Amino acid sequence: MLYRTAGQFKTSYEADQALFPVRQDAVLLWVILGFAWVVFPMVATEFAFQTLLIPVLIYSLAALGLNILTGYAGQLSLGTAAFMGVGAYACYKLITLMPWMNPIIAILLSGVFSAGVGVAFGIPSLRIKGFYLAIATLAAQFFLVWLFEKWAWLYNYNASGAIQVPNMEMFGVYIAGPQASSIVQYYVVLFIVCLLTMVCINLTRGTLGRTWKATRDMDIAAELIGINLMRSKLTAFAISSYIVGVAGALFVFMWRGAAEPNLFDIPLSFRILFIAIIGGLGSIMGNYLGAILIVGLPVVLNLLPNALGIPIDSAMVEHLNIMIVGSLIVFFLIVEPHGLAQLWRLIREKMILWPFPH
Amino acid sequence: MLNDIFIAPFADMIGAPDFLLQVLWEGLVSGVLYALIALGFVLIFRSSRIFNFAQGIMVVFAALTLVGLHAFGIPAWISVALTLGVMFVLAVGIERIVLRPLVGQPDIILFMATIGITLFLIGGGEIIFGGENKQMITEELGIPTGDTVLEPWGGLLILQHVDITVVVVACTLVAALLGFLNYTQMGRAIRALGDDHQAALSVGISLQTVWVLVWFIAGIIALVTGIAWGARAGVSFALEVIAYKALPVLMLGGLESIAGAIIGGLMIGLLEKLFEIYWGQPLLGGNTETWFAFVLALIVLLFRPQGLFGERIIERV
Repeated sequence: MLYRTAGQFKTSYEADQALFPVRQDAVLLWVILGFAWVVFPMVATEFAFQTLLIPVLIYSLAALGLNILTGYAGQLSLGTAAFMGVGAYACYKLITLMPWMNPIIAILLSGVFSAGVGVAFGIPSLRIKGFYLAIATLAAQFFLVWLFEKWAWLYNYNASGAIQVPNMEMFGVYIAGPQASSIVQYYVVLFIVCLLTMVCINLTRGTLGRTWKATRDMDIAAELIGINLMRSKLTAFAISSYIVGVAGALFVFMWRGAAEPNLFDIPLSFRILFIAIIGGLGSIMGNYLGAILIVGLPVVLNLLPNALGIPIDSAMVEHLNIMIVGSLIVFFLIVEPHGLAQLWRLIREKMILWPFPH
Repeated sequence: MLNDIFIAPFADMIGAPDFLLQVLWEGLVSGVLYALIALGFVLIFRSSRIFNFAQGIMVVFAALTLVGLHAFGIPAWISVALTLGVMFVLAVGIERIVLRPLVGQPDIILFMATIGITLFLIGGGEIIFGGENKQMITEELGIPTGDTVLEPWGGLLILQHVDITVVVVACTLVAALLGFLNYTQMGRAIRALGDDHQAALSVGISLQTVWVLVWFIAGIIALVTGIAWGARAGVSFALEVIAYKALPVLMLGGLESIAGAIIGGLMIGLLEKLFEIYWGQPLLGGNTETWFAFVLALIVLLFRPQGLFGERIIERV
C-alpha cells in the first residue's frame, strides 16, 4: 500500500532516466538525508559520533571505492588498506608542506596520489586475472605498508614513526586535530561522502559504468564489442583508488587523529572487503548497509553483556566479537550471497505486491 | 650506487662463502615450509576452487591445540594424535557447515567464507588457549635441539638440529603426499576432481568425502608446519603470517600445480633470504621479507600470467 508504483507514469525520457524513477524511493532518500544532516547531529552524543556515525560514513566510503573496482569492474583487490594509507600520508604531506591549504581541498587532492599509485598497481590487471590478481594486489598491500614504515620523509622524520594530525582551521572553526569538535568533523565527512556518492551513482549509470560492467561480466566479449579493456580497467583502478584514498585521509584526519603504518595492515583491507561483500557487490547502497552492520555489530555486542548484567571481562568480549563476526559473515554468505542490497531489493518487490499475494 | 646494487653483494657472497651457505640453508628451511603450506592450498584449490585463506590460522590453531593439550598433562605423542583428531573434526565441520551450503557460489564468496572461518578460529583460539606466546613442546616430541657446526673453507656454518629435522620431515611429508596422490584410490579421486568436477562426479567420486579429505590433509600440513615453525619462533598468532608467504609461492608456481608449489616454495624461500641479506638490509633498511616474495611473483606473472607451472589459460567466448 505504502510502496505502490502504479499510477506513476513517465511522460518524458528525462523522467524515465531520473536517478529515482519511483517517487517513494526519492522520498525515502530525502528522509535518510534528513536524518543524516539534521536529526543525528542534534541527538547524537560524543560517543555515538566517534564510535558509530563517523566510522560508518568513512568505512562506507572506502567500501564504495572498493565496490567500484570489485563490484562494478570485477577486479578483486585485497590492497584497499594500503591505498587508504597512501591517501592518509599524502594528505599529511600536503598539510605539513602547505599549511595554508584548505583542509577539505587537501583531503580531496590526496585522493589523486592514491589514484596514481592505484593505477601503477593496476597495470598487472591487464595480464593477470582472478585470484592471481588478488594476490598481486597483496603485493601493494605489503610493499606500501613497508614503505610507510621505512620512508621517514613520509612522516616528517618523527621519532615515533607515526603521523599526528595538526589542528586545522577553516573559516575560524577547527575541523581536524585535537581541538576539533565531533559535530564539525561529522559534517565534513558527511559532505564529502555525499558528494562522492553522487559522483559514483552517476558514473556507474553512465558510459564508464557500462564499460566496467561489461568488463566484469565477460572481458573478452567486452573487448569484441569494442571496449578498450585497458582504459576500462585502469579507470576503474584510478577512480576506486581515488575514493579509497579520500576515505583513508578522512579515516586519519577526521576520526583517528593519528596513524601508524600498521593501522593500514591487512585486517583493515579485509574489513572493507567484508563491508562491500556483505553489503552487496555491484551496489552503491549496499556499502552503507554493510558498514552499518560491520561497524555497529561490535558496538552492540560490547554493550550487550552490560545491559544483560552478565559479567564478562573486556578481552573475552573482544574475542567473542571476532568469533561472532566471523560466523555472521559465513551465515550471511550462505543466506544471501548477493548481500544486504539484494535483501532490500527482495523486500521492495514484496512491498510493491503487498497486500496481494501476486 | 650501481656498485652497491650490482657488484658489492656478489663480492660479499664470494668473499664469505660460509656465510652465503648459511643464508642459503636458512632460506631452504623456510622454503621447504612454504612449499608445504602451498601444497595444502593447491590441494584445496584444485579439488574445490576454494582459495583457502584460513590455512594460516589453521597452522596457529593446530600448534595451539597441541601445546594446550600437552599443558593439560597429556603425553606429547597422544597430544599429537588428539590434535589430528581435532583437525579432522574441524575439516568435517567446515565442509558440513560452511562449504556444503555454498556449493556453486562464485569464487569470491567462497574465499570470503574462508576469511570468516579465519576470524572464527582467531576468536576461538584466543578464548580457549589465550593469546600469549607459548613454547613449542620440542623436546617432548623428541625433536633434537642442539646444533652442528661445520667449517667449510675455514668458515663457520651452523646447522640447527631443529632445522634439519624440519627439512627431513617436510620432505618426507611432501613425498608421502605425492605418493598418496599418485598411487592410492583416494589420491587419484582428489586429482580427478581437480581436473574436471563433472566428469569426476559422474564416475561416482564423492565430492563431500574428497573435500573433507583435502581439508584434513591441509590440517595435517598445518600441524606439521605449526610444530616446525613453533619450534623456531614460539607459538603465537604471529605464525599466521607465514601462510601469507604461501600466496606468492602459489602465484609463482601456478594455482593448480603441485610441482609448482614445491619448486616455487623453494625458490621464494631462497631468493627472499638472499635479497634480504645482501640487498635489503644494506640498501633498503631491512625487513624486505614482508613484500619481496609478492613483488617477485608479480614480476614473474607479468611475463607468465598463469605462473611458472600453471595450466595454460585458454580463453573461450
